[in-house]
Amino acid sequence: MAPLADLAAGPSTDAARGPMLPRPFRVDQRRQDTRDTVTLVLEPLDGEPLPFDAGQFTMLDAFGVGEVPISISGDPTRPGPLEHTVRDVGAVTHALVRGDPGTVLGVRGPYGTGWGALDGAGGDLLVVAGGIGLAPLRPALLDALARREAFGRLVLLYGARTPHDVLFADDLRSWRDGHGVEVDVTVDYGTPEWTGRVGLVTSLIPRAGFDPRNTLALVCGPEVMMRYVATALLDRGVPADRVRLSMERNMRCGVGLCGHCQLRELFLCVDGPVLSYDRLAPLMAVAEL
Amino acid sequence: MRTIEQYLPDHPFFAGLDESAIALLAGCAVNVHVDTGRMLFREGEPADRFYVVRRGRVAIEVRAPTGPIVIDTADEGDVVGWSWLVPPYRWVFDARAVAPTGAVAFDAVCLRGKCEADPALGFALMQRVARVMYERLQAARVRLLDLYGAPHGASR
Repeated sequence: MAPLADLAAGPSTDAARGPMLPRPFRVDQRRQDTRDTVTLVLEPLDGEPLPFDAGQFTMLDAFGVGEVPISISGDPTRPGPLEHTVRDVGAVTHALVRGDPGTVLGVRGPYGTGWGALDGAGGDLLVVAGGIGLAPLRPALLDALARREAFGRLVLLYGARTPHDVLFADDLRSWRDGHGVEVDVTVDYGTPEWTGRVGLVTSLIPRAGFDPRNTLALVCGPEVMMRYVATALLDRGVPADRVRLSMERNMRCGVGLCGHCQLRELFLCVDGPVLSYDRLAPLMAVAEL
Repeated sequence: MRTIEQYLPDHPFFAGLDESAIALLAGCAVNVHVDTGRMLFREGEPADRFYVVRRGRVAIEVRAPTGPIVIDTADEGDVVGWSWLVPPYRWVFDARAVAPTGAVAFDAVCLRGKCEADPALGFALMQRVARVMYERLQAARVRLLDLYGAPHGASR
């Protein structure tokens, strides 16, 4: 193709657009997952799908309100619409979750490191999620399920605040009943109709069926929860370099320039968000880092 | 199903106890079955037993005007109850089976007597119960943080 034809086609790659220019996506579907959490299914206006690795995030822009980092919660093995599961916790996320079909949002990315679930092939894959932390882990599970035969046991341990806050309930049932995933859910606060477990997600680890010496563990949730989960996994015998956590800081640029997400020597938007616990443990032990 | 004497040595709570201690504990224990919805014990009653759940699920509850509030659950392998070892030996919560539940029930009066007579056994049991209390206390403290609630100072 002649160079001039390239230019005439307009910017079609991130490099051509520049890292700070969002691509317009239209909200195609909006699913209310829980009281405060919504999944948005986004279609690119230019028709070009956005490939991503499970665990990566994008910067989602509610035009005129602001931009926030949101993990991708869709299926990485099926190129198509982009899915984000957003919890309404502030001004920008409030604008995002109110996005009815047809609303146009800006998308930059995808950014950051992925879970690398396939590194666990040949052994067991353990997924430990807390609260909205299940959203970034959903693509990792879908990745593993697309190659189910490559893994031994697939185990999902999930802690939610209440039974009403359990995300992706249909997926959990489908994974458990139809895909051989050992799903164990616990909540912090039970309700009268709830007959499942009540207690910390860490209490599920000693009883979960996985081989600790041959397991890759993927963990996502509030940082304090991840620290306790990592400790419980090490107590169970999982090596620290086989435990991966998804860290959250104040991602802004997404490309390692602005420094807002710095964690000592790491820029979490490019070095993370997914990092192994052997690298993170010394940093997580430092107060207010 | 294995007998109580066969079951206890493999249970983490009893790990490390010698054969004679296991036999002594088994002598104070019986297998029980509790139907769904039936109570194992109620707040305020004498704490004269404790349980190791073999199957099923037990909810630890607090009675409230709006109905019972579940604060914890115990599943296969979990120990239910420590009030039997701490004066005034009175339950401070309710325990209700929320699934058909099988458990080993220990006679606390019998056990306390044996602990009085054999301080080494008493210490060994106290250590084990203290571990259960420690784990539950840790879990309760972390849950107090309400980590899955709205993040503090969230602006986005």
